[in-house]
Amino acid sequence: MLRLVLIALWLSLLFLPFRGLKDSLILFVILSVSFISFRYLGTSLRSLRITMQPSGKRIYAKGIALFRLRGSRYVVLLILLGLPFFLENYVLDISILTGIYAILAMGLNVVVGFTGLLNLGYVAFYAIGAYTYALLYAKIGLGFWVSLPLCIGLTTLSGFVLSVPALRLRGDYLAIVSLGFGEIVRLILNNWDSLTNGPNGISGIPAPSVLGFPLGGLNRYYYLILFFVILTYGVVKRIRFSRIGRAWMAIREDEICASTMGIHTTMYKLYALSFGSLWAGLAGALFAAKMQFVSPESFTFMESVLILCMVILGGIGSLPGVVVGAFILIMLPEVLREVQSYRMLALGVGLILMMVFRPQGLLGGPGSGSGQ
Amino acid sequence: MFFQQLINGLTVGGVYALIALGYTMVYGILELINFAHGEIYMLGAYLGIIFFGFFTAVGLTSYSLPLSLLLTFAMAVIFCSAYGFTMEKIAYRPLRNAPRLSPLISAIGVSIFLQNYVMLTQGPTDKIFPHLFGTSGFALFNARVTHLQTAIILVSLFLMVSLHLFITKTKMGKAMRAVAQDKVMASLLGINIDSIISLTFIIGSGLAAIAGIMIALYYGLVNYSIGYIAGIKAFTAAVLGGIGSIPGAMFGGIFLGFVESMGASYISSEYKDAYAFLVLIVVLLIKPSGIFGKTTEEKV
Repeated sequence: MLRLVLIALWLSLLFLPFRGLKDSLILFVILSVSFISFRYLGTSLRSLRITMQPSGKRIYAKGIALFRLRGSRYVVLLILLGLPFFLENYVLDISILTGIYAILAMGLNVVVGFTGLLNLGYVAFYAIGAYTYALLYAKIGLGFWVSLPLCIGLTTLSGFVLSVPALRLRGDYLAIVSLGFGEIVRLILNNWDSLTNGPNGISGIPAPSVLGFPLGGLNRYYYLILFFVILTYGVVKRIRFSRIGRAWMAIREDEICASTMGIHTTMYKLYALSFGSLWAGLAGALFAAKMQFVSPESFTFMESVLILCMVILGGIGSLPGVVVGAFILIMLPEVLREVQSYRMLALGVGLILMMVFRPQGLLGGPGSGSGQ
Repeated sequence: MFFQQLINGLTVGGVYALIALGYTMVYGILELINFAHGEIYMLGAYLGIIFFGFFTAVGLTSYSLPLSLLLTFAMAVIFCSAYGFTMEKIAYRPLRNAPRLSPLISAIGVSIFLQNYVMLTQGPTDKIFPHLFGTSGFALFNARVTHLQTAIILVSLFLMVSLHLFITKTKMGKAMRAVAQDKVMASLLGINIDSIISLTFIIGSGLAAIAGIMIALYYGLVNYSIGYIAGIKAFTAAVLGGIGSIPGAMFGGIFLGFVESMGASYISSEYKDAYAFLVLIVVLLIKPSGIFGKTTEEKV
């Protein structure tokens, strides 16, 4: 008990210089009361939890089993297809954004979740994709469908080029190199005024059309995004259980062991990084076409972190989990508008707590965890 | 012009070296890139402003400026060391045996938390550190060296030398080196690994706090996001010198300072923050183990 009070005192002392005496005192009282009540509630709840746990686990397992049923995916698809008929425009708009982030998160999941490499500059590829389409349209008037392969090709190539120096050393270096890469891309977009129009960005980017049928409206664009989300989901899932996917997971679990089994680890890491960046290119082009405007502001480091949080929250390596993660992190701040400024603060705490208490994420099972 | 940039580079480079030392010490012992280290430096700069403001308000500054500055440094070092210590306890210690990605992600969590914590409590705008030293100085060859620059260079050098002596000459330093070499063996010899790791974080954070205040004094402006970019630069410095090597971090920091001030004056100042990254790429391509580092095989 004294220990808990001392911890609370320590934490509120750390708070002192930034908020002054009064706020620290308030924090101290809140912290010690909550610590102590957690401790006592904890002991009394523990007996309850022991009796409750099996049934809780059973419900969880049932939920997962339900999700694994063959028909369930068609039900989900049907619901998703029907959504535009029920949702108002505002919600639909956010759904589109969720879809774009779901693609991004699934792409990053290939790198972080399957292969166990930390890419902190993922937003750079997203930016490259978005700006490629924006510039191709603004400078030479290429349409969406012509630009898309170029966007994807360019991002894949840049993913490849970035990883060559980074992969010569242990995985952690990639984190910093990619972080720096993200910063460089943003600096270039911000400063190369003659090409990118600097911080003002590029506007007037048109939405794509199919067979002369424009997809500009929210409803139509929703279906386009849905198509690409499903495409991404399908392709990534197929790759995951292919030879390449299994090699990635072997590298994640134990790199040395994987290389003794004959896996060319550097080669497969290169595949993972290039393949992961590909989806950022796609999402970037879709984002540019949706917003009809791109500026360096949309591609900050915090955006990379947000995508990373989606991957981690949903469950590292689990595809449905990642989509759920994207859904939660885009929808939640919209629902809780008042606390929006605390969003990043909560994300930071969330990342730490997640790593300490549930490293496999919300939907990740033991097999899809980050390692052990 | 060239000599002027050399002095400017040495000033900033000394500060980078101080931050890089924190990275390299933690990496040497835990093999962890402590992402949040840059934020500790940022907190140091803020604490400097807060405590100096406090001492000015109670009238200590008008009584004696050196005393007030000294106390500001001391308070910032104490608080930043406490932050580093707490950070390690909460976010890294429970993950010591987890897969390698976990502590890295938790470090990013700490970094985001601290950045937003400062932004929410201190506001998103730049904070101003009062100009204390003016532009007085002396001329050396054809460059102007302000007294502040001299002070920063001397303080950095002093701290580096004393850290080096601490690591090589004292018993605690010896224990730190032993833990960095082999944790299990060190614990068998009666070294308390946990307290050595805490000590590493405390020393690293204290150095970062001093670096933060010196930069706040030098530029006069502090922002909640300075830690992130300084973190990348200091990490580059640590890699350049060979991560895990303490003289390497000192050399890397100073070298990076030179590269940056030369690049900013001769090539383009808009891309000032990008040079560090280019240096990092070049080092990783040519000599990934760094200049002072030794190539180590990964343990199976």
